[in-house]
Amino acid sequence: MEAQPAMIEVRNLWKSFGETVAVQDVSFDVRKGEVLGFLGPNAAGKTTTMRILTCYLSADRGEARVGGYDVFEESLEVRRRVGYLPESAPLYMDQGVVECLEFVSELRGIPGRERASRIRRMVEVCGLGDVMHKTIGQLSRGFRQRVGLALSLVHDPDILVLDEPTSGLDPNQIVEIRDLIRRIGREKTVILSTHILPEVQVTCDRVIIIDRGKLVASGTPEELASRQGGGTSIHVEIQGPQEEVESALRGLAGVTSVSWKAAKRADRHCYVLKASDGETLTEEVFRLAVRRNWVLSKLSAEKASLEEVFSALTSRE
Amino acid sequence: MRNIWTLFKKEFRSYFNSPIAYIFITVFLVVMGWLVMTGFFIENRASMRAFFGLLPWAFLFFVPAATMRLWAEEKKLGTTELLMTLPVRDHEVVLGKFLASFSFVSLAVALSFSLPITVAALGNPDPGPIIGGYLGAFLMGGAYLSIGLFVSGLTENQIVAFIVGFVLCFLMFIVGAEFVLFSLPHWLVPVFKYLGLGSHFDSIGRGVIDSRDIIYYLSVIGFFLWLNVRWIESRRWA
Ligand SMILES: Nc1ncnc2c1ncn2[C@@H]1O[C@H](COP(=O)(O)OP(=O)(O)OP(=O)(O)O)[C@@H](O)[C@H]1O
Ligand SMILES: [Mg+2]
Repeated sequence: MEAQPAMIEVRNLWKSFGETVAVQDVSFDVRKGEVLGFLGPNAAGKTTTMRILTCYLSADRGEARVGGYDVFEESLEVRRRVGYLPESAPLYMDQGVVECLEFVSELRGIPGRERASRIRRMVEVCGLGDVMHKTIGQLSRGFRQRVGLALSLVHDPDILVLDEPTSGLDPNQIVEIRDLIRRIGREKTVILSTHILPEVQVTCDRVIIIDRGKLVASGTPEELASRQGGGTSIHVEIQGPQEEVESALRGLAGVTSVSWKAAKRADRHCYVLKASDGETLTEEVFRLAVRRNWVLSKLSAEKASLEEVFSALTSRE
Repeated sequence: MRNIWTLFKKEFRSYFNSPIAYIFITVFLVVMGWLVMTGFFIENRASMRAFFGLLPWAFLFFVPAATMRLWAEEKKLGTTELLMTLPVRDHEVVLGKFLASFSFVSLAVALSFSLPITVAALGNPDPGPIIGGYLGAFLMGGAYLSIGLFVSGLTENQIVAFIVGFVLCFLMFIVGAEFVLFSLPHWLVPVFKYLGLGSHFDSIGRGVIDSRDIIYYLSVIGFFLWLNVRWIESRRWA
């Protein structure tokens, strides 16, 4: 993996809109054969960064190279090699589905004889068969998203920049698109932004998190998850007097924190225990419940999730 | 070159994707036809004078209507993000849009050729002013179109694009008119007379085809298209 060349290199990138600093001193690399997940809360600067990488906006300061070309100096070369899906998949409403695929293929310089077969392939891959003969304006939100995705893939680009690619898609299509991204990601370079954290765990090799324009973390999803305390969280649902249960749980060896959560039923309570070692602790919880004669309705250990890392790094406290 | 053709096709076709184009052309032909025919029967002479005299005024309404959509709608729908991240040069996009709107307006003007043919059948008009008149119409239309296209890029509201385009075209048309020249200090007169879109049209319309007039129109067109390209470039720095 390390031997692969960096296809996207971002160095000390800055961009502001008037008073708002959207991107502050961001640097990262994406290597060939890698799928990079780009996370961050709303207004973190993800879209802005992607727009700079695709030559839609220029940066105030810093350097960005895509496929070895500078996005400011050699913008046409960059644009030739990149497939870009903008945030809300903007499309020409009066074009037909095939018409708009043809329009983009022509501008992408796909030779006439290959065009028809590429378009057919895209219709198949993005599940557009049923709407092929409709006008874009008549399509539902999810189908527009699919068309946008087809447009970004039609020239078989080496580098893909996808801004929230699965937003608006139905669950079946989400699974298909994730598989597709994984498949493409084996040989090509993909950077995608998303708010769906489990998506990152299944599709991305590496993750970067940005918050208010600043890079706050980067690493594989596992690395990031283990960084946050590295521990396990245990979810317990017990029927019993709340305060007594809580202090008893807190008294168990190895527990670093206990937090209460409402359960679905009023006579039950949920607790989340944080511990450095989950294996022995679940047994301890079970024994405790048996000893005190409390009904234990749920007991599960979970590795610290990306969600926790994300909220710890980007919460607005 | 191929990109310009692709962009041209898309823009030209999108005129006909809505009923606006047909309404536009019909209204244009009916208004022009009616004005010319009443002029013909009142004056009872086979002159296209009325027609070409009215054309610049008709263009003031029709041309900004034909260009208002071109950029404003892209900005509103966000499709610039699709278009400008494709491997196309800024000037190719501007030329594609300009040529599409030029062809559209030319089509409307060409359809009105039925008028001089009718007139020719009825009387025996001098072909000079008719040829000159049409040449002038195309040049003048081109100048208005380049202004309208540029203005369309300044807003995402089509109505604003139409009104500002109309006002700017009107000002460009009027600066060379007699009553404006009359109120100016005399050393400014030749400058304004040269800058006015209208004054050049009059001389071509008389059938006097002077290369200075043609150069004037081509430079107005070139200037506004150039401004448009610069504007797109500057958007990236927004
Ligand atoms: N064209 C613009 N003009 C002014 N401010 C802008 C513009 N584009 C983005 N911003 C600002 O830059 C900041 C970053 O926005 P950006 O769209 O990059 O966020 P994001 O991470 O994509 O958020 P989201 O998750 O909501 O899509 C925001 O504060 C936004 O208001
Ligand atoms: Mg965004």
